Order: sequence, then structure tokens, then C-alpha cells
Amino acid sequence: MAFEYAPAPESRAIVDIAPSYGLFIDGEFTEAADGKVFKTVSPSTEEVLSEVAQAGAEDVDRAVKAARKAFQKWSALPGSERAKYLFRIARIVQERSRELAVLETLDNGKPIKETRDADLPLVAAHFFYYAGWADKLDHAGYGANPRPLGVAGQVIPWNFPLLMLAWKIAPALATGNTVVLKPAETTPLSALFFADICRQAGLPKGVVNILPGYGDAGAALVAHPDVNKVAFTGSTAVGKEIARTVAGTRKKLTLELGGKGANIVFDDAPIDQAVEGIVTGIFFNQGQVCCAGSRLLVQESVQDELLDSLKRRLSTLRLGDPLDKNTDIGAINSAEQLARITALAEQGEAEGAERWSPACELPSAGYWFAPTLFTNVTQAHTIARDEIFGPVLSVLTFRTPDEAVAKANNTQYGLSAGIWTEKGSRILAVANKLRAGVVWSNTFNKFDPASPFGGYKESGFGREGGRHGLEAYLDV
Amino acid sequence: MSEKTEKSEKIEKTERLSVFKTYKLYVGGKFPRSESGRVYEVSDSKGNWLANAPQSSRKDARDAVVAARKAFGGWAGATAYNRGQVLYRVAEMLEGRKEQFVREVADAEGLSKPKAAAVVDAAVDRWVWYAGWTDKIAQVIGGANPVAGPYFNLSSPEPTGVVAVVAPQESSFLGLVSVVAPVIATGNTAVVIASEKAPLPALSLGEVLATSDVPGGVVNILSGRTAEIAAPLAAHQDVNAIDLAGADEVLAKELEIAAADNLKRVLRPQAVDYFETPGTDRMTAFLETKTVWHPTGSLGASGSSY
Amino acid sequence: MPTTAPTAHALSDVTASDSTLRRFLHGLPGVDAVGLEARAASLGTRSIKTTAKAYAIDLAISMVDLTTLEGADTPGKVRALGAKAVHPDPTDRTTPTTAAVCVYPDMVAVAKEAVAGSGVKVASVATAFPAGRAALDVKLADVRDAVAAGADEIDMVIDRGAFLAGRYLKVYDEIVAVKEACGTSARLKVIFETGELSTYDNIRRASWLGMLAGADFIKTSTGKVAVNATPANTLLMLEAVRDFRAQTGTQVGVKPAGGIRTTKDAIKFLVLVNETAGEDWLDNHWFRFGASSLLNDLLMQRQKLATGRYSGPDYVTVD
Repeated sequence: MAFEYAPAPESRAIVDIAPSYGLFIDGEFTEAADGKVFKTVSPSTEEVLSEVAQAGAEDVDRAVKAARKAFQKWSALPGSERAKYLFRIARIVQERSRELAVLETLDNGKPIKETRDADLPLVAAHFFYYAGWADKLDHAGYGANPRPLGVAGQVIPWNFPLLMLAWKIAPALATGNTVVLKPAETTPLSALFFADICRQAGLPKGVVNILPGYGDAGAALVAHPDVNKVAFTGSTAVGKEIARTVAGTRKKLTLELGGKGANIVFDDAPIDQAVEGIVTGIFFNQGQVCCAGSRLLVQESVQDELLDSLKRRLSTLRLGDPLDKNTDIGAINSAEQLARITALAEQGEAEGAERWSPACELPSAGYWFAPTLFTNVTQAHTIARDEIFGPVLSVLTFRTPDEAVAKANNTQYGLSAGIWTEKGSRILAVANKLRAGVVWSNTFNKFDPASPFGGYKESGFGREGGRHGLEAYLDV
Repeated sequence: MSEKTEKSEKIEKTERLSVFKTYKLYVGGKFPRSESGRVYEVSDSKGNWLANAPQSSRKDARDAVVAARKAFGGWAGATAYNRGQVLYRVAEMLEGRKEQFVREVADAEGLSKPKAAAVVDAAVDRWVWYAGWTDKIAQVIGGANPVAGPYFNLSSPEPTGVVAVVAPQESSFLGLVSVVAPVIATGNTAVVIASEKAPLPALSLGEVLATSDVPGGVVNILSGRTAEIAAPLAAHQDVNAIDLAGADEVLAKELEIAAADNLKRVLRPQAVDYFETPGTDRMTAFLETKTVWHPTGSLGASGSSY
Repeated sequence: MPTTAPTAHALSDVTASDSTLRRFLHGLPGVDAVGLEARAASLGTRSIKTTAKAYAIDLAISMVDLTTLEGADTPGKVRALGAKAVHPDPTDRTTPTTAAVCVYPDMVAVAKEAVAGSGVKVASVATAFPAGRAALDVKLADVRDAVAAGADEIDMVIDRGAFLAGRYLKVYDEIVAVKEACGTSARLKVIFETGELSTYDNIRRASWLGMLAGADFIKTSTGKVAVNATPANTLLMLEAVRDFRAQTGTQVGVKPAGGIRTTKDAIKFLVLVNETAGEDWLDNHWFRFGASSLLNDLLMQRQKLATGRYSGPDYVTVD
């Protein structure tokens, strides 16, 4: 008899999703000016979770005005007072973390294991970290009494909805800015719950405004003349469009965009840990991670052994109900994203790469994609160049460290990379040569509020996290 | 008194005809003419002819980028101490050719000799200032990050790559040095567009750099029509960043839009008093932060990690 | 796992001399401690509920080597232990028996009698357990004595001193000699005392060394030192048996011992087995828990699942 794990679903009862939500402007929930709404669905079942007001240009203007009005008082508060609001938020996030984890899993489709053990702890930690900066900005290395910029327009993606919100809002508020934030249209709910947390924390009205909506609302926010700061996390294509929009203005811009991270495994790697790192690198959050290790560069002499181990490991991945505590692979966030992943995987096959997936039953409803591995991939393949943003790993080989570095850097992106070797000097030498903002040696996909994160080249500019993350929100 | 009239007087006195300098571009450590064969007239502030400067073309810009890219690995990989020594050497060489630069700056900017001398002194001192920064900036803006886990986590600044520099139009020498030195101090390489109407001090600086142990290609200096050269540089996919110091409002916007195609780091034009001691922002504008995670963990299986 | 997979024949060459053995063991892939522990912790978050939990509890009971290794052991104590092994829960005869009782060599005969006819094995520690600091002749006499008394399994300790001094061939030869002394009737468990080997790299090397020398089981520890079985060192040993079978076709069992006291812990170890070595090892022929107090917690949890009420220590036997 095999050891089958019985279903172990996290209870949904802990979260109370209202049938409808408004925009959060100036401390109040409000309908969109044109009355438009959109539905948000659970990607694992296609169940409609709620109906959400859809922000338009007029709403953006209202929210920016509210943020502008709130800025004067908020920026004039002593840093120690702003800090206490952020500490309050951090604590309330901790108190409500199970509720928020379940909500995030429902709206995003990622496994509860991840929202519970990664997303939510990091959200709370991020607010806690930046809370401590609010009254210490004089010591941050940006001169005495560095000033906030004003109103920050922030547009965030759907892959880590609440965590990306925390990465944007925590440093903005700590430095004395006010915020208008647009969550992604497929994952608006956790940001709206965050609005409620702001109310519980007693945050002054207008300091944080949340505008669920589509790309047009994001574009209106970025283009709004009274926005002083634009922060965007998302695709490189949209990032470029935003860079063009803010050209010639005084708006400060930071962009955190796409990636095609190389995960480099040398022949002396700790193989079992490398396999785990490869799995974490590309299957964490179904590979819908900008810093995913989506290109495996393996030294040719250990390729067979490594791939055997990797395939065996992939066969143990558990795909299914994201609310089940034993689920490793959840749903793809949207039908649109699933179509993109599917198309790129098909292109990989068409271009002659060899496709492999473990035996894996996909649920009939919802958006699902089996963990997939492509071998016989070269730098010329589309799947080695384009960001797939899904659970698809392209395996390439190399012969020497120089070749590994050359291939790793041979991309328009430069966000992340991984190095697996037991040789310390090689870690340092290779890390030194990689053109990537985050390098994980003998580990992958680790995040911390104290650790600066951001890209080289077309992966964007500016850093989030750490002391470095303050700069994006200060007039320096 | 313009240089020209001075020259004429000399001829009368000594009956010796002075030797004019042919101003050339500085690309890849060499002094080519513009591949276009074009030159344009450069005059002093009173309109007197000073020299013909090369009028660089798109292809000159392209060649300069190739040279800058080629030089990048070696320059970025040089030790910070070595870069500091090289920058200090530039100051030394400049000090020795001060008279020439005082004359050129006076002509270019219509300054009195004492004022021009103050400009050149400040420029020499600026090289010295940045020479001292090369091996300090990493400690000031990088460091260990206290992450919540068994990892050693270190952030270090790294040069962005090839930086296109639209040098200031008015401050043709001190402004130029003030925007070029921070770019290369940290290991970037530069393609510099000299002040359009006053390019001669910049072109002469190339001669100083060539004799100062600055590896060829680290700084490349082009003269010509700013807009004509800047446009292809802003759009060039192998340029990583652009300093718009010398671009006017309209041009700056155009260039920033073009720069978005490969997400260049853009330093927008701003009012700067180049006599003031700079901050670190012209260096940090062209630095990336690389963060590396290393597991630390327990010393072994019998340790206290469980 | 050297970079090119050797055949069984190639592996037999590695023990030809001290230097070939050293080269082989030091050529095994390194272990990153943080990554290993993170993987073990991550598998520890599996949620095993309802039917899966019932299955896991019975499996765990059937894998217990119910152990008493005290200077104060008496025939009475050992007989009581044997009775408990045969009928762990006197109130519920559907409860599986434990795999074995584990005693000192002088108690083997008593134990054998106590479990006679039940299928419960008698395991005996030997080779100057727990320190192993005796001459080889003495160790072998210890083993032969236990085997002669009817021991089905011998739990030997390796010479950690020799291992840490790099004298791998000495350790190897000793295991081979003990294996020979076990004859065909007793299976050999090789105890590394992982807490004394100190590094994960050493544990991986010791695992391969033990398997090359003919161990039927590799076992973490004696239960007599500060750090005994942990999820991480057991995970590492499970990787070793998995890889050894892939290369040689020979399956070797794993026994974590010491420090596993609760059902929750035991189930985490079963998850490690299931997702690392695989279901072929989910059988008491291939996986054991060296434990004493664990059994009662398993029994209380078993009662809880059956009745829906939490049980208490008065409802399980203290032997």
C-alpha cells in the first residue's frame, strides 16, 4: 500500500469575501466614477470570488488629489510617528496572516504552503523593516533630512499581490510619501483587504489609496501630472512604455521587470541541494516569478546524472488544490497567462527541444500547466530567450566556467542567477562576472526585506529592499 | 585679446608661423578624424575662428560604442586602487598642461585668464577628488545585509557598462570633467559628446587621457552636432546609460524616450554649479547593486542548528 | 555518486586500498548544510490527516525497534518489553506488532523467548556498544555471542575514531568482519553515531562506506550522545540508500534512532522516506525507528483516531 496523503485543505471559513468591493480613495470605499465593475475569479476553479469596482482616469485623478492632500500632513509627521503606523500595519498583517494567506491563495491560485510560509511572513517583515527606517532617514546615507518626493503612483503585478504591495507601500510611507496603488486586475482582493488594515491601523485618510483596475488605469496613474514618483513591477514591455511616458518629466522612476535567470550547476555541486534549488528556482509560484531560474545551465559532464535526479524529484511534486497544505504546484493565475505559457512551450517543441513532464493529472476546471522541462535547448531557442513566466525549465549545457558565464549573461535581462558548486573561490569569481542584480549561490529564490532586489539591463532599474530601497522614494 | 590676434602679433615679431593643431576625435585610444570627413567651424566667444572640429556622424558614434564596450571588461575588472591611480595620473598630466587648457578654456568660454585658470584648477582637483573615490564608494553604498536566515548576504556596486555622456554645453571643461570622471571612476566606460559650440577643451582632454594610463576606449570623445550624435547613442542597444547633462529640454525628452528602448539608466539634466564639491549621485546614477547570497548555516550535523 | 556512474564492479574496486577508498569517499558530492536542513524542514510541513494518518501510525508502530539499553536491564524488564512489542495495545488487538525489540547481547535469549512465535525480531547491539572502543576480537566475540543467543539483527557501532582519523579501510574491514560474524542468519545494522561524525559530508561518506562493506541497514546513532537522529541526517542517509540502489541494485535499510518521541515526528520521518527513497522503503524490512517512548505516543494517537477523544498516559502501558 502506498503512502497516499489524504486531502488536507486549509479552511476557507477564515476569510469573509464580500460580494463586491469599491475603490479605496481618501479612506473610503467608493464606486468607480463611471460605475464600472469587473469580476475576480479563483484561478483554480474559475469560481467568481467577488465583483470589484474598476478604476478609470477620473478615479485616478480623485485618488491622486486625495494623496496630494494627505501628503502635507503625512510628510510633516515626525518619522517616529510614521514608524508607529507602519509597525501597527506589520502587526495587524501578522495577526491576520492566516486569513490573508487563504485569500491570496484563492485569488491568485498559488499554494497555501507558499502564501502561509513565504508571502505573508515576508509582507509583515517588510513593513516591520521599513517602519524602523522612518525616523532614521538622516542616517541612511542620503544626506541630512532627506525629503520625500510627494505622491507615489505604484502599479503592481499579480504574482505576489500582497508582497509586491508591501515592497511598494512600506518604503513609500516610511519616507513620508503618500500612495496611489493599482493592483493587477486578476488579483485585486488582498490589496482591498490591506485597505481595511490601513483603517484598523488608523492610518490617516488619503495616505494610501487603492485603485483596482486594468492597464488603462495604470497608464492614467503613470501619466498623471501630479504624481511625483512612479514605481512599477511587471513586464519589460510595459516598463518601456512607462519609461517613455515619464520621459521629460520630473517624475522619479523605478522599474522591476522581467528576467531569464540562469541557474548554473557545476560538476562539483552538492547535487541533492542543487536539485532542490532548481525546483525552487523554477516551480516556486508555478514559475510566475520574475527572478525565476528559468534557464538551467548544467555542466555537460554531470548532465545525465543531474537530469535523472531532477526528473525523479519532479515526479514527487504534488499539483492540485492550492488550499491543500500538501500542494506544491498550484494554478496558473489566468487563462491569458496559461495561453502564453502554452504557446511558448509549443514553440519550444516546434523548434526541436525535447519536452518532458512527470505523470501529472490536471484538474478539469481552472488554469493548470504541468511542471515541464525542456532538454536539448540552445541559446538560439525562443524558450531560452523569452521569459515564459510559468513552470517551464529550459536545460542548456556548458563545458567551462567561462562558457557558463557567457551563456548566463547572453540575455537582454539581468535580474537573477544561481551558482551551484562546492568551490568557494568559484562562487565568488562567477558571481563577480554575472550581470544580474541578485545572485544566489548554493540556494535560490531567497528574499528578505534587508536585501536589495532589482535588475541589470532590461530587468529594470532601482532597488527594492534594504537601505537601497529608500532611495527610490527620496528626493536625492 | 583673442588668440588669433596674439598669433598674428607673434608672426610679426618672430617671423615664425605658428603650427595650428588639427583637432581630432578620441576613440578607442586613437585620434581619428570623423569618418564622415566633415568638420565644423569653432569660434571663440567673440566669433573669431579658433579651429575646425570634426563633425561626428552616427557611424563615429557607433565606433565609439564598440570601443567603449571592448574596454569595459578590463576597466571594470581593474582593481579600484588601480583606477584611482589612473585617475590621479590624469590630474598630474593635466596639471602639466595647464597653460594650454587655460588658453583653450578662456577662448571657449570667453573667460579672463585668471578665471579660466580657476576653472582648470578646479578640473584638476576634480580628477583628484574622484581618484580618491574609486576604492571607497563600494564601502559607502554597499555592505552586508542582515537577512533573517543562515545566509551571508552582500550588496556591492558594479558599473552599469557603457555610458553615453552629453557633456554640458556651457561649462566646456570643468563641466565635462565633472560628468566624465564619476562615470569612469566606478569602472564604466564612456562615450562623450563634447560641448557643441566649445568642443576644443574636450578634444584636448583626449590627448591628456591618452598619456595618462587610461586604457584606450575607456573614454571616447566626439565633437559635432549634439542632437545628431546623441540620437543614435540614446537608441543604441549596447549603451547601458545616458547622462543628459548637456541636452536642452526638448532634446532631453527625445533622448529619454529613445533610451527607454533598452531601458537605459537616464540621468536627467539638472542645474549644477560645477565649482561646488559634488556628491556621490553622479557615481551612483551609473552603478548597479549586485546582491549575492551565500549559505552559512551550521558547521556540521552536530551543531546547534536543530 | 561520482560524475560518471560506476558499475557494481567499479564500486568493488574502490575498497582495494586505503587510498582508493579515500578517493571514492571524498569524491562523493558535497552536502550543503543549509539546503539539506531546509529540504528536511520543508518536508516536515506536510500535513498528514485522517486515513493517511491512520496508515502512517500503524506503519510507524510496525517499524519500531522497541529498545531498552540500560545498565539496569533485567530479565523482567526485557520480558515486559517483549510483551509490549507483541501486543503494543492490549485493548486493541488490531494494533500491529513492533518490528523488533532491541537489547544488549546478554538479554537476547530472554528477549527471544518473550517474542517467540510473534514475528517480532530480536535485535542486539554489539561491538562494544556504544563507544566501540575495544579490540576487534572482543567486538567479534560480542557479535557471535548475540548471534548464538538467537539475535535476528545485530546493531554494530563503527570505529568513529578511525573514521575521523581518515582510516577508512580500517572501518571498512571491521564492518566486513562483523558482517561475516553475523553469518546468514542475522541482518547487520551499522551505527555511525552521526552526532560524533559531526559533518554532513562525513555522514554521506560513512553511509557509502557502510553500504560498500555490506550493511543491511545504516543507522544514525546509539541514542547515547547529545545529537541523535534528526530529519536532516536521516534525509541524507535516505538519499544515500536511494543512490546506492540506483548504482548497485542492492537495497539497504535506514534506521534513525534516538530523539524521536512523538507521532508527529515519526510521521515526518515517514514523509522523508516516502518522498526521498520512495515507497519501496515504506516497510519495516527497510526502515526502522530506534525508540522507546515513541511507541506510547503512537498508541495514544491511534486511540484518538479511533475514538475521536484525546487519550492519556494511563490508557497505554508503561513497559
